[in-house]
Amino acid sequence: MKPAAFEYVRPKTVPEAIELLARAGTSVAVIAGGQSLIPLLNLRIAQPDLLVDVGGLEELKETGETADGLRIGALTTHSDIEDGKLPDLFGGLMQHVASGISYRAIRNYGTIGGSVALADPAADWPVCLMALGANVRIATRNGTRPEPVSDFVRGQYTTSLEKDEIILGFDLKRPQAPLRWGSSKVARKSGAFASSIAIVVEPGNGGPVAVALAGAGPRACLLPGVAKQVSSGASSDDMLRATVAQDLAALAPETDSYSRRLHASTVLRAVRDMRSR
Amino acid sequence: MTSVAVTVNGARLATDIEPRESLADFLRERCRLTATHLGCEQGACGACTVLVDGRVTRSCLRLAIMCDGKSVQTLEGFADDRIMEALRRHFHACHALQCGFCTPGMLVTARDILLRLPTPDAQAVRHELSGQICRCTGYANIITAIVAAGQELGRGNGG
Repeated sequence: MKPAAFEYVRPKTVPEAIELLARAGTSVAVIAGGQSLIPLLNLRIAQPDLLVDVGGLEELKETGETADGLRIGALTTHSDIEDGKLPDLFGGLMQHVASGISYRAIRNYGTIGGSVALADPAADWPVCLMALGANVRIATRNGTRPEPVSDFVRGQYTTSLEKDEIILGFDLKRPQAPLRWGSSKVARKSGAFASSIAIVVEPGNGGPVAVALAGAGPRACLLPGVAKQVSSGASSDDMLRATVAQDLAALAPETDSYSRRLHASTVLRAVRDMRSR
Repeated sequence: MTSVAVTVNGARLATDIEPRESLADFLRERCRLTATHLGCEQGACGACTVLVDGRVTRSCLRLAIMCDGKSVQTLEGFADDRIMEALRRHFHACHALQCGFCTPGMLVTARDILLRLPTPDAQAVRHELSGQICRCTGYANIITAIVAAGQELGRGNGG
């Protein structure tokens, strides 16, 4: 199918973009890479009056090492990360995640900001950024506001982003010592959205372990019980399975028995993957 | 209507378009470049794969208006390309197509695979090709053709 008609504007500055987003009585969609939005436009699931193309905004391309870590511009594509164009502070985790997203033709245009803004429950970046404790940096009418990605993503395709706000990018803290990570992803077809993604991150300095899971419930989430158990070091597969079930019962009580086993498997594989590195 | 200027296979085209026009429709309907095939129009099948500024993309998932000032290359634009020449020959020799609908996307993607991963093995090709759907061949001959083209080009480079 073909999209319904819309107006298209390519603002040159963030304030100009925010002005457009706030236009009263108009349904507005932000487009960056368009790799999720354009299929929705083609199928007429989304029928905005106005498309605001943020692809030309320099502030959304600000990427590089900062005093205490890494800043990633929202317009950074999955391919940019896959190809190692970002400084690697996390032992190759982001490169690994990027290379597993969809297909190269999609990765060439899909952006990290778009992935988090869409907040698909099975997307790769929200779960990865949660595991790394990243903050999202948001442009508002009055300046910018930071928010942890784990708070920013509220539910299925739902974030805390207001109508007149734009994601500028992400800030990640530099690990004090080289971190260890492990991951596991199960998708029914390579390149398809995952049924389950587990990412485990262990800071090199003995800090708290983070375990993040996507595909269970309406949003990616951190599994506090599993994280604690992995930190303790002496955790058998059976103990971990039981703890995944406990965390899921609290965070995603609707999960059916097949999915509970699936998520337990990806978490166990991610832990094993980390311990084997 | 909005004006755009796009370079297609080396020739600059300036015209007025509706913002909702996809790059795929722009190429097929305006430029009459019909090697680019439209299968699903939602990014799943890969038949409409082209290059924009040298990067593979689904032309059904780009708006023509977003390509203003950019350079697009379709299958028609690879007549003198060394890698594409080898791929064409091996697709022919290996019988890597039946109905041919997916072939333009397969070839553009295969060329990108060989640029990024010279002399890939069958498993790597299989993985990289997983975004291109073929309903006839069962993929085996397509994979054989791409692996063979990669090996031939690798030898040519002294590799």
